[in-house]
Amino acid sequence: MNRREFIRIVGGATALAVFPEVVLAGTKLTLGKASSRTPVIWLQGQSCSGDSVSLLNAGDPDIATLLTNHISLHFHQTLSTATGDTAIDILLKTLEQGAKDYVLVMEGSIPQKSDTFCTIGEVQGKPRGVREWVTLLAKNARAVVAVGTCATYGCIPGARLRTGGANPTGATSVWGVLPGVKQINIPGCPAHPDWIIGSLVHLIMNKRLKLDAFGRPLLYYKNTVHDKCEHLQEYKKNVFARAWGDPGCLYKLGCLGIDSNCDIPVRKWLGVNSCTGCGGGCVGCTEPVFPDTGGRGLFPMKKA
Amino acid sequence: MSKIVIDPITRIEGHLSVELDVEAGRVKSARVRGDMFRGFEQILIGRNPFDAVQIAQRICGVCPISHGIESSRCVENACGVVPNKNGRLLRNLALASNYLQSHILHFYHLAALDFVDITAILKYSGNDEKLNYLKAWAASELSEKKTGVSAATACAPFLPRYGGDGFYIKDTEFNIAAIAHYVKALDIRMKAHRMVALFVGRVPHAIGLVTGGVSKTPDKATLAAARNILAEISEFVNSSYVPDVVALAKLLPGYTEVGRFGDFLAYGEFPDGPDEKDLYFPRGIVSGGKRMALDPSEITEQVLHSRYSSPSNLHPSLGQTEPAVDKSGAYTWIKAPRYAGKPMEVGPLARIIVGYTAGNADIKKEVDALASAVGITLPQLQSAIGRHAARAIESKLLCRKISGWLDQVEEGEKPRQECAIPDKGEGVGLGEAARGALGHWISVKDGKIDRYQCIVPTTWNASPRDDNGVAGPMEQALAGTPVSDEKNPMEAARVVRTFDPCLACAIHSVKAGAEIARFRVC
Repeated sequence: MNRREFIRIVGGATALAVFPEVVLAGTKLTLGKASSRTPVIWLQGQSCSGDSVSLLNAGDPDIATLLTNHISLHFHQTLSTATGDTAIDILLKTLEQGAKDYVLVMEGSIPQKSDTFCTIGEVQGKPRGVREWVTLLAKNARAVVAVGTCATYGCIPGARLRTGGANPTGATSVWGVLPGVKQINIPGCPAHPDWIIGSLVHLIMNKRLKLDAFGRPLLYYKNTVHDKCEHLQEYKKNVFARAWGDPGCLYKLGCLGIDSNCDIPVRKWLGVNSCTGCGGGCVGCTEPVFPDTGGRGLFPMKKA
Repeated sequence: MSKIVIDPITRIEGHLSVELDVEAGRVKSARVRGDMFRGFEQILIGRNPFDAVQIAQRICGVCPISHGIESSRCVENACGVVPNKNGRLLRNLALASNYLQSHILHFYHLAALDFVDITAILKYSGNDEKLNYLKAWAASELSEKKTGVSAATACAPFLPRYGGDGFYIKDTEFNIAAIAHYVKALDIRMKAHRMVALFVGRVPHAIGLVTGGVSKTPDKATLAAARNILAEISEFVNSSYVPDVVALAKLLPGYTEVGRFGDFLAYGEFPDGPDEKDLYFPRGIVSGGKRMALDPSEITEQVLHSRYSSPSNLHPSLGQTEPAVDKSGAYTWIKAPRYAGKPMEVGPLARIIVGYTAGNADIKKEVDALASAVGITLPQLQSAIGRHAARAIESKLLCRKISGWLDQVEEGEKPRQECAIPDKGEGVGLGEAARGALGHWISVKDGKIDRYQCIVPTTWNASPRDDNGVAGPMEQALAGTPVSDEKNPMEAARVVRTFDPCLACAIHSVKAGAEIARFRVC
């Protein structure tokens, strides 16, 4: 990867064309040596796989380029051909041989009350909990990346209950299981594929990534949604929507763009639309307290 | 008799494993295990019903649109409203576009590696730039990675795989075409998601799905962009996807003999007229070849073999879920839904069989055409290959329907019906996710959610034994499957994958609500 390609991949929204040419960009790619592809082990805990699906929606580089030119995806529950013991053997070999060259990506929260709430594979005839896998694999990982709001902050599985009780599985984030572990947090429900790939490429290239107090790369999470919102002018002119489908700023429909940091209004989902642009509003999904970002639920009104 | 465990089953959504008792080279009996529990719906209790549409989508990142729509429907049902014309059409468009991405993803990226020999790329001798790039990549991986973990992961994530010569198709031309289509399908499924985002803002977890319809008023540019994408997807479905499934059926005739199950349930989907009951994919039951009307009061969930201490055989409107990690005799987090006491298969095959039996002309025409192209009969389609065929047929039909719905959308007109949350009420939403019948039930008290319950497709398909010891559809479909090599139980893994399991959906929980509610049947 040359400097220009690096900037194109990790660059801010300016580098992102609408409807980018999404093909295996044969002429642009120079195939490096196999050893230049960083091993990635991607574990799913109590997840919905939404971040994996979001990753598949990558524009430029597309997913095929990522898998063949940048990383070597050693383990992924949704994408690996290997199944059963064939898949688990890769994790066991990684641990046995003390490999240290891999990036560990965690998607989904981790149950602390009982390992039975989430297991991946059997080791010597006994199901192994995701908590144990993360603990073992994080130890030697070159870097740990938490993708999505479940792995970064606990999200819905780890949310407080309105009925007062604790969440039933003790679901928590990677930091909840491994306090103080050095990691990059890429929250979002789901995370945007550019955030995931851009952060991975920084790690691969040994480039420093400045993080905010919540462990998020400033490159993607510096501004609030409100700062770059499509409805900013309407907000300034006091034009507010009273029901979904009305024109105007969505603030009075509970939009949390003022409290939430990310660059979606300019980056866009799949290059075409955004949470605020589609008239639904920001639900605060990149914040540590999601789904209670505003100190309340998502929507305050009873009629819309 | 020997016992085999496949854990994890990869290339599905979520945490699933199977335990097989094998005798004389065949599966004698199977236990399907759901290995993850979140206690998801408890978070909904006490919240604003408007929140449900967003939170329920997070049950699943593969079928969030279906959860969003069923959640909207149950809240609308409680509010006493239905979507307006644009709301109905734009929802259909978002859901149908997500079916396309889901079916294409399933066939090419999840299932195909069970039969396509991807090492065939090394034999490629043509001029296609992308295929030559992949060939060079595979060659560099295999020649440079020689030891340890590195050798075990050469060509990851496409290798390693189950060993065994007989598992993969030997026709090099088919394999290379399939690899080219795998790569093309990555782009096509992404574009199907781009179409979803055009209508509802984002996917996964659509922000633009709101109670009463969608939040964005349709404009000319959106509809034009959708038409352009649709043209590309239709071309792929008609010239690659459908022919690839026909070719697969001919190359692997054994697929008609495995994975068989005969009882089907569909709630139906895609309201296709002013009356919400006018569904393009019909509602109904087909059991033993006979069609019956569906009566939602016949649905219960049983938990004898599931890790819950709550009472068994309750209707979902009364459902309770108390996790019991160490419950004796329980082997899964999935409950056992039953219709009139019987296990039911749900999903594309169920929709196609119910639709065919109901005399839906579009479905009948496409099923007959595909069956005759392969040279098989309708009963033979009730099998592993039938599930792949059903997805391809649905994709073809939905490309056509999307085009028609785009024509009907009223540009610049309101995208939804406004609604007010009642102090008290109950509602139900029944429809179809790509993977099958999906139901959401809500009870509202003091303007807040008092109870919330879902029964999702994979709960039906991957259900464990019920209170009478009767195995679930996937468990029954696995019985009799050949196991030619116990270290590489490929045939069984293939059967499981034909159901396109989604485990995040299948396992959810509801705290017992205070009040017994009666639900209107919609």
